[in-house]
Amino acid sequence: MLDDFILRAALAGLGVALAAAPLGCFVVWRRMAYFGDATSHAAILGVALALATELPIFAGVLAVALAMALLVTTLSERQVNSDALLGVLAHAALALGLVAVSLIEGVRVDLESYLFGEILAVTVQDLVVIWTGAGLVLALLVWRWQALLTSTLSPDLATASGISPRREQLILTLALAVTVAVAIKVVGALLIAAMLIIPAAAARPFARTPEAMAALAVAVGTLSALGGLAGAFAFDTPAGPSIVTMAAALFAISAALSPLLKRS
Amino acid sequence: MSLIETHGLHLAYGGRTVLRDVNISIARGEIVTVVGPNGSGKSSLLRALIGAIPPAQGHVTRAKGLRIGYVPQSLSIDSTLPLTVARFLNLPSRVPAAEALAALSDAGVPELAERQLGALSGGQFQRVLLARALLQAPDILILDEATQGLDQPGAARFYQQIEAVRQARGCAVLMVSHDLHVVMAASDRVLCLNGHVCCEGTPQVVADAPEYRALFGTGTQGALALYRHDHDHDHHDHDCAHEEAS
Repeated sequence: MLDDFILRAALAGLGVALAAAPLGCFVVWRRMAYFGDATSHAAILGVALALATELPIFAGVLAVALAMALLVTTLSERQVNSDALLGVLAHAALALGLVAVSLIEGVRVDLESYLFGEILAVTVQDLVVIWTGAGLVLALLVWRWQALLTSTLSPDLATASGISPRREQLILTLALAVTVAVAIKVVGALLIAAMLIIPAAAARPFARTPEAMAALAVAVGTLSALGGLAGAFAFDTPAGPSIVTMAAALFAISAALSPLLKRS
Repeated sequence: MSLIETHGLHLAYGGRTVLRDVNISIARGEIVTVVGPNGSGKSSLLRALIGAIPPAQGHVTRAKGLRIGYVPQSLSIDSTLPLTVARFLNLPSRVPAAEALAALSDAGVPELAERQLGALSGGQFQRVLLARALLQAPDILILDEATQGLDQPGAARFYQQIEAVRQARGCAVLMVSHDLHVVMAASDRVLCLNGHVCCEGTPQVVADAPEYRALFGTGTQGALALYRHDHDHDHHDHDCAHEEAS
């Protein structure tokens, strides 16, 4: 059954949507959009590392994404206004990664597949990695949900209740790195941040509680993955960008409907 | 056995000392108020007590398993985060729905449960913050200018509720406030802060202390006169005299 490449692609997209959508809600709530950019762009550097050391791509990307996420966390703790700094890191990581990949001798690398994903080439092994990673991210979020929400709302309220906002931030950092590592095959390094932010943003107008927003974001993410794949087949377009285009279309519909919602 | 103690506590932001050598102790069931001019380190002291600011020197000791109900000065809710009042009351621990509703009723705002937190007025928001803090069954309530955004009758009701909560649950209360005469009437003990603890004691002792008079000058003398006055004649001129503070 799993030898059908369309089915494998759909399952891969579903796995990424399941992890990225609820995590993306926190990215949106905590205004960490650039944080997502920096971490996912660093994935290309991880690809270079994996190719140079003959590690699995997943492991290389996970290591570099984690290092980048920790670096960004540390820097943004020290500096209140870190917007520009995050922008610098996001683009520097991407450029450095591209340069590093080109320097690796003897390997002919299809860069495009890492930048935009190659969901149609997902193997059963990839699926195991994707679903394990997605399961881990979901488990982390469910386990820490109350504490994460409290420290997102106010670090001081969290601290007063014995929650360490720093530890919760690290948990999100870890979840983000894992998501980047499993999503690179599906949508590619350039568009991972889109799968985090767009479903959450599309879900916002229709949600009254954080849980409803996360659930709706999962629905939007799932619909984007499946709809985008279908579109890619119908119009012979690249799959990763088609998935993100579908998500953006859903966001546009949501944004158009939200004023009607407020009036009623 | 005290709930929270500080020993030689120094606090600093970016190398600048904001509080030095603070030695205080809060006992179970007492109401302690922190007063002091703007920038005197009042909020910093509270944040150090809850553990949000690490001491530059000295240390803060909290009783084992101490439950703190913290009501911050303000809370900005990001517009991307949907949150009903009812959901907010369940953070960080879930509470039974009936209890949450009862807490809102106690705070005088039972109709707010399904409203979005970001859409509340300042006064409603403060009461919801208090209701949440109480729901987590605190040993000590720590309030940072909790009556900001409340009108005078609202502030009076707020303090009455705090007194009632203390009576009912025996929790200690530590608060920063600018409503000087209300504070003076409602507190067991007053800490006057200005970069350090310049005086402390019962409201009467602090009000008579030269350090306190030097800080608050004649305006406060007026408020204190009013406070004493209040005890002789209820309601006299109460609202007019405090319009500016509310």
